[in-house]
Amino acid sequence: MSNIGNAGKLRLTREQIAERAALELPDGATVNLGWGIPNLIAAYVPKDFTIYFHSENGILGMGPRAKAGEEDCDLVDAMKVPVTLLPGAAFFTQDVAHMMTRGGHLDVCILGGLQVSEKGDLANWRVPGTPGAGGIGGAMDIATGARHLIVTMEHTAKDGAPKILRTCTYPLTALACVHTIVTDLAVIDVAQHGLVLREVAPGFTPEEVQAVTEPKLHYSGNVPEMPIASARR
Amino acid sequence: MPAKNKLFDSIDAAVADVPDGATIMFGGFGGAGFPNNLIQGLARKGVKNLGVISNNCGTGDGELGILFKNRQINRVVAAFPGPGAKYFQEQYSAGRIALELVPQGILCERLRAEGAGIPAFFSPVGVGTDVAKGKEEREIRGRRCILENSLGADYALIKAYKADRLGNLIYRKAARNFNPLMAMAGKTTIVEVDEVVETGALDPEMIVTPSIFVHRIVVAKGLRYV
Repeated sequence: MSNIGNAGKLRLTREQIAERAALELPDGATVNLGWGIPNLIAAYVPKDFTIYFHSENGILGMGPRAKAGEEDCDLVDAMKVPVTLLPGAAFFTQDVAHMMTRGGHLDVCILGGLQVSEKGDLANWRVPGTPGAGGIGGAMDIATGARHLIVTMEHTAKDGAPKILRTCTYPLTALACVHTIVTDLAVIDVAQHGLVLREVAPGFTPEEVQAVTEPKLHYSGNVPEMPIASARR
Repeated sequence: MPAKNKLFDSIDAAVADVPDGATIMFGGFGGAGFPNNLIQGLARKGVKNLGVISNNCGTGDGELGILFKNRQINRVVAAFPGPGAKYFQEQYSAGRIALELVPQGILCERLRAEGAGIPAFFSPVGVGTDVAKGKEEREIRGRRCILENSLGADYALIKAYKADRLGNLIYRKAARNFNPLMAMAGKTTIVEVDEVVETGALDPEMIVTPSIFVHRIVVAKGLRYV
């Protein structure tokens, strides 16, 4: 766990964010996981669940990483990692892979985020001022078409600045596309009337989460703590 | 009409007529399905001022990396050049490359439209983002959309698993990715394969790319990167 600074409390780790996000996946769901924290989520799916992971390079029904010595260089995920297949898996061309994303055929998509606005706008592909070309990859197709889009990210930037904002300042991925945000401090739903604080990280209060969130968070009464099996106080 | 001989003896012969300034699309994604041997052929040939359409822009010297290292490319259309694309990033930062970043699924659809004879289409992807700059926007059935043009090239260089002598292709696992789309979008499609079999030896039910889209075939084994 990392230190929050002013309060001296421990925020969730990236693995714990992934652990909480995994609870959003229903058994039998078809799911695309993006780069970063989303890529850690598969490890936290309940053992008795079957999730059909989609990889935008043309796989539905991707299984765990290939064991050492059993890698196949033609069987890799979108991050170049050698993977395996579940029974019932399918291969297809790139256009079909993105018909599934953009066409709204996947049950849940989970992307990493740099910024999310109170309207659910997402910025996740380029930090202005950083060297290099950046890269959109499949994120715009996924965000535009997702029936249910979850963003996992740290609640604040390295300098402490909020990443949940009234308006994104980084280059956008898609407008009004995010449904739920899972961070190291909270679970927040994007609703018509604004952001709804659904859960707080163990040991944190809604007021503490609000203090590092730019737009107003809606909540009433006791906000439950995020159920993290590995959480320490 | 007798079938034309599409089978080439060597990689170098298959790319011999690629001129300076040509636009070339390359199949491949995440290390799988790149026509690495044809790319090496272009490196040996030393052809210059190429325009490239590819999902990624190489990993070190691998995949397209060698062509950027040799400064053979001056314009790129890509979805995700990649943090490992060392030579691309160097050339881009030095201002030597004109880059158009395209959402990956829209890259697919632009290729597919080219192959299908559709000059342009409306899509909601990229509305309100940098991708929409300079593009016509229209509201279609209540949804904001932008106009995307089809995307072709002089050559499509692709990788398949097996070809028959006619040019029917099958692929292997996730190495399929962009290859069948690019086969349909290039004016001249050159495929490198692990193996060529006799015409009729591939099950027609299993063929992914019909031979009509394939103009040159060359057997090339060995060069792969993960």
